Amino acid sequence: MTQQHTLSVLVEDKPGVLARISALFSRRGFNIESLAVGPTEHAEISRMTIVVNVDQSPLEQVTKQLNKLVEVIKIVELDSASSVTRELVMVKVGATADNRGEVLDITQLFKAKVIDVASDAITMQVVGNSDKIADLLRVLEPFGIRELVQSGMVAISRGSRSISERGKPVAVPVPPAANA
Amino acid sequence: MTEQQGSGETITGAQSLIRSLEAAGVTDIFGIPGGAILPAYDPLMDSSIRHILVRHEQGAGHAAQGYASASGRVGVCMATSGPGATNLVTPIADAHMDSVPMVAITGQVGAAMIGTDAFQEADIRGITMPITKHNFLVTDPAEIPMKIAEAFHIASTGRPGPVLVDVTKSALQAMTSYQWPTELNLPGYRPVTRPHAKQIREAARLMLESRKPVLYVGGGTIRSGASKELLALAELTGIPVVTTLMARGAFPDSHPQHLGMPGMHGTVAAVGALQKSDLIISLGARFDDRVTGNLDSFAPYAKIIHADIDPAEIGKNRFTDVPIVGDVREVLIDLVTTLRTEQDGGNTGDYEGWVAFCAGMKQQYPVGYDTPETGLSPQYVIERLGVLSGPDTIYTAGVGQHQMWAAHYVKYERPNTWINSGGLGTMGFAVPGAMGAKVAMPDQTVWAIDGDGCFQMTNQELATCAINDIPIKVAIINNESLGMVRQWQTLFYNSRYSNTDLHSKRIPDFVKLADAYGCVGLSCDSPADVDATIQKAMEINDVPVVVDFRVHRDAMVWPMVAAGTSNDEIQYARDLAPQFDEDDV
Repeated sequence: MTQQHTLSVLVEDKPGVLARISALFSRRGFNIESLAVGPTEHAEISRMTIVVNVDQSPLEQVTKQLNKLVEVIKIVELDSASSVTRELVMVKVGATADNRGEVLDITQLFKAKVIDVASDAITMQVVGNSDKIADLLRVLEPFGIRELVQSGMVAISRGSRSISERGKPVAVPVPPAANA
Repeated sequence: MTEQQGSGETITGAQSLIRSLEAAGVTDIFGIPGGAILPAYDPLMDSSIRHILVRHEQGAGHAAQGYASASGRVGVCMATSGPGATNLVTPIADAHMDSVPMVAITGQVGAAMIGTDAFQEADIRGITMPITKHNFLVTDPAEIPMKIAEAFHIASTGRPGPVLVDVTKSALQAMTSYQWPTELNLPGYRPVTRPHAKQIREAARLMLESRKPVLYVGGGTIRSGASKELLALAELTGIPVVTTLMARGAFPDSHPQHLGMPGMHGTVAAVGALQKSDLIISLGARFDDRVTGNLDSFAPYAKIIHADIDPAEIGKNRFTDVPIVGDVREVLIDLVTTLRTEQDGGNTGDYEGWVAFCAGMKQQYPVGYDTPETGLSPQYVIERLGVLSGPDTIYTAGVGQHQMWAAHYVKYERPNTWINSGGLGTMGFAVPGAMGAKVAMPDQTVWAIDGDGCFQMTNQELATCAINDIPIKVAIINNESLGMVRQWQTLFYNSRYSNTDLHSKRIPDFVKLADAYGCVGLSCDSPADVDATIQKAMEINDVPVVVDFRVHRDAMVWPMVAAGTSNDEIQYARDLAPQFDEDDV
């Protein structure tokens, strides 16, 4: 059965590196569920958070292939128990004078923030994990979602250490000897 | 970060490029100039580097491959932007599949023009991303030495492969200061060459426990220069050896433990040994579909030790019991040391019954062919060529029937004497490949064994060979067909020969064509004349020789495992399957 995996990929901040990585996923037949790229604490290193839905064995293969890219420095799989994940969504919903109060209640409930108001619509932003965002959208549905934009997921490990120092690189090919 | 050395004097980017190539140790380049790369060709005139002007960029790429495969040095090809660069795509993809160390230098339109669909603009870096080990676009002339140094390092270390350096015309024309780097900054590139001791011990244990082991030797053994170490392991243990298409020559064909080539057209003994083995020791091989056939039924009883310098190959196609990441040569050295210690302690493998079984298969089902009542047999031609030219000759091939026959009927004794397009299967590889091999190894005889279809894809490089004093020899196995496709039509399409008839015994006249290119053209259509014709070709060493061997067209490549079926279904001739008695094993 396929499972959702979150990969944190540290790459050299060079032109074309995003194209290399997305092309590799495409060529090896993987769909990227979500992808976010941004700077890190090191000026020359960017970090990509890639979410994929695959079995363990193809995940290992794609990770090894990623590791072969010269500009990929490190790959760490972040599991949900020892990491925090967040996504940002901005959503524009219908809200007239009659039901604006209801929409604002929902905004408060989800700790969302109103970022724009028009006579018949409210635009809000919310930050959270995938579940929270899904819940919000379900509750907003009856008001009419007019426009929605969502960032890729970003993830960070819990605790005091940085993945650029240490972490569990998934690339090491050590399937246990079957007869050991 | 980066230390650099050099005069630091101010020169053009083009001068910096040529000086960088000299600093990287380049002595020969195959290429064609054109608009965007033109600035680099001016300082090239004053360089110690020999530039060989080819007739098509594909020829430059394959020549660089042949050069690298014959010598182990990085092959270099050069082309201009747009069509020059895209003509390199096939050889680059070929080098990527067969792990050939190669650097391709391409010109690019000026930096300000990039993205404007300028004349002869192609995004060659984008195009070659999936078929290079790495590639660069250089727009800043100051970066040229560093990028060239990185390209050669990446191409030649770890699992070798092609690296493309695309340099803009503006960078070539600008003034810059030249400094050759002494240190590279590649934080994401750290190939592992030393095998893990624990994995070596585990592999040795499995080898001693097994009763039916096979050494499955791939092209990585050739690239790592591990033939001597392979021989040491094979003779220490007595384990039977198979060499893949990419590894022919890695282990002497004359050696009694050698069972030949496995795979779709492998020998019965090599295919049978893998199918019946209880342990496969894979050395720089990648369980390619042409070796495994139907993967689910491949070697069903075998545990797998998989040694490869590329971790991504391990477990890619077949589950691995003992993965070993490392250079094959170092793996072999460590395995020999470990197993020798075990032997000294009285612990040796017991393979006696298995070795006898394999030897029996080899004796009972040798590769062979029927001699036709009339006409010339292609296998006979290739067999005689191998005998008369001998094991010091370098043989290249195109792709198809003649390639498989050349793999079987020439007897290889040394590494780097068999050069072909294995993974990509590029028709037309033989002539430019031979040209490159001859430039790298001018003292060795180089025979291109080619098909009439393949030959007509790249034969214009005969002009390059004739003009540049590169006396290769070409044996055209002329069956006036796209022979391998025709064979499949015979076997799987009711002998309906759709578009495989090339009429090559009529058009072109290969002897006249050779003559037109300044080569000697010979022709042979009778078994009685084969030896004399080959001898005659062997005596001509000042110009290239082309021999049109006009063979009969119905010869087929056997043995054969039909595509997608199990290797257990191997036939050593049409409708003839070997009989294995399970009790014998």
